[in-house]
Amino acid sequence: MTEPIDKTQASRRRFLTGAAGLAAASAGGRALADNPKNLPPNVADWTRALGEGVGQRAYGNPSKYEKDVARRTVSWLTATPESSVSFTPLHALDGIITPNGLCFERHHSGIAEIDPNDYRLMLHGLVDKPLLFTLEDLKRLPRVNRIHFLECAANSGMEWRGAQLNGVQYTHGMVHCVQYTGVPLKVLLEQAGLKTNAKWIMAEGGDAAAMNRSIPLAKALDDCLVAYRMNGEMLRPEQGYPVRLVVPGWEGNVWVKWLRRLKVGDQPWYTREETSKYTDLLENGKARKFTLEMDAKSVITSPSPQAPLRAKGFTVISGLAWSGRGKIKRVDVSLDGGRNWRTARIDGPVFDRACVRFYFETEWNGEPRLLQSRAMDETGYVQPSKDALRKIRGVNSIYHNNGIQTWAIKPDGEVENVEVG
Amino acid sequence: MSRSVRLALAVLLLLATPALAQKKETPRQYGIGHAATPEQISGWDIDVRPDGSGAPSGHGSVKEGEKVYLDKCAACHGEFGESAGRWPQLAQGKGTLASHDPVKTVGSYFPYLSSVFDYVRRAMPFGDAQSLGNDELYAVMAYVLNLNDIVDDKFVLSKETWAQVKMPNQGGFFDDDRDKAEKAFWAKPCMSDCRPAVKITGRARALDVTPDEKTQKRGGVE
Repeated sequence: MTEPIDKTQASRRRFLTGAAGLAAASAGGRALADNPKNLPPNVADWTRALGEGVGQRAYGNPSKYEKDVARRTVSWLTATPESSVSFTPLHALDGIITPNGLCFERHHSGIAEIDPNDYRLMLHGLVDKPLLFTLEDLKRLPRVNRIHFLECAANSGMEWRGAQLNGVQYTHGMVHCVQYTGVPLKVLLEQAGLKTNAKWIMAEGGDAAAMNRSIPLAKALDDCLVAYRMNGEMLRPEQGYPVRLVVPGWEGNVWVKWLRRLKVGDQPWYTREETSKYTDLLENGKARKFTLEMDAKSVITSPSPQAPLRAKGFTVISGLAWSGRGKIKRVDVSLDGGRNWRTARIDGPVFDRACVRFYFETEWNGEPRLLQSRAMDETGYVQPSKDALRKIRGVNSIYHNNGIQTWAIKPDGEVENVEVG
Repeated sequence: MSRSVRLALAVLLLLATPALAQKKETPRQYGIGHAATPEQISGWDIDVRPDGSGAPSGHGSVKEGEKVYLDKCAACHGEFGESAGRWPQLAQGKGTLASHDPVKTVGSYFPYLSSVFDYVRRAMPFGDAQSLGNDELYAVMAYVLNLNDIVDDKFVLSKETWAQVKMPNQGGFFDDDRDKAEKAFWAKPCMSDCRPAVKITGRARALDVTPDEKTQKRGGVE
């Protein structure tokens, strides 16, 4: 019996042959035939036989045919996997919520495996009563649910000097969006009581990097959360189990994972992560510091290099948009590299400092196209072109590249990351 | 305004004021959380600030630091801080920040001694964090400063000599000014004929640095 090894490829192929007859050679997959035994008028195997019973998948995983939908790494980027990054497969996802197991990872000294019974959060510094909280303590306090995006400041950082990585997973995959459950940081600070000279807090991780960042007290009191759940379940170890800081709209590096300590102070700490890293070097050799808010940004996730067009005719262009300054107000799409724009349809909820999903329905019949998307937020900020951004910031910034992405659609439906001028 | 209305307003204000004041002054205490003792705090309170506050007692010379560095740091960072492979470079890079290839090191980029001292204290050596004794920590920092020509060969670093260390790029940073410098990005967007004909000026495929999805080991949890 010959079983297709990869049904995803098989179904793509079916779609392909049934539709416009595009060249299969460009699909990059195995040449697999459908199994006629499963197709009408025949009755498929799975329609006759019993499947696996309950309890076999005590914690369920995606279908085995979806195994290609996974986080991926770029091995040449970093010296070691313990201090590195893996990327969210944005091209294979829809809606606004990222599944927990696909949220990109960024660790500085690997994943800390913390026994929740031994977890403690220390809160001290310029407070009346220094406190220790157990995980159970945190869970007893009033909690809120918030959906927010988290973007690494270095997302798209490899693209400052031009198109480099051929896949939205790599160019934009350091972002995810989930629902957090946690205690407002304000509540914890109120339990300890702030001294009048309190102005900043320092958050520190409990991993082997003990990553530490300074956050202005105003932000801490405004909307930060000490979160222990994502999408309803406890945080994944890669995302800071059991407790991480949520700093809505601000660069991912300040969302300290495996949070072990909060210290209240009167000035920023100027830690390594907010000086040597996560500062934006401009062309004149001077660097912006504390560029914490993420600028509005969007990207078309499909079609994209990893999700080429497979059929001519009606086509849905789909993408994500987000802004660190508030709600996304509008997303425009261009098919001609930014000469002309039309407004896309946002579908699904629009939350403050969260991803929104947009769709643009069109026809494609093999003509070359240069796809772009452009986000606008409620403050009136409009996502700039890469050239407009480079004019102000040069190409040495590494961080905060929110320039408009261009995908070139070729006649065979393949998609390439390109720069336009 | 009639006298009775004024009176009514005054009464309203009187009634309203204590309620407002009370709401602001006493956030709810839940009685959850435990007092952190000075002893508990001392074990975790490792952060060091630019003025040296938080730095431990101890001292170390450049010469002592050379030994620590060669034993515990040089394998990744290179004997002279030049870096081995892709690990961070610690020395040189002076005068490169405005160039096409900026080299960010302790000497060329870090604004404060504390920025590197605090980091090494908490996170280095990589894979054996928080294992250096205080004297070793001061010594290795003195050596790295010396590699960057910030202190001389005879220098001994301690809390007492902390303030003598002047980092060359301390003035190299300024506060986020995007709201002014990038004000042009808050503008009504153009919708049609926004630019002349568009040309492709660069292609990712030309570089061929994208990982091959068919051969790459998958990340993530199983």
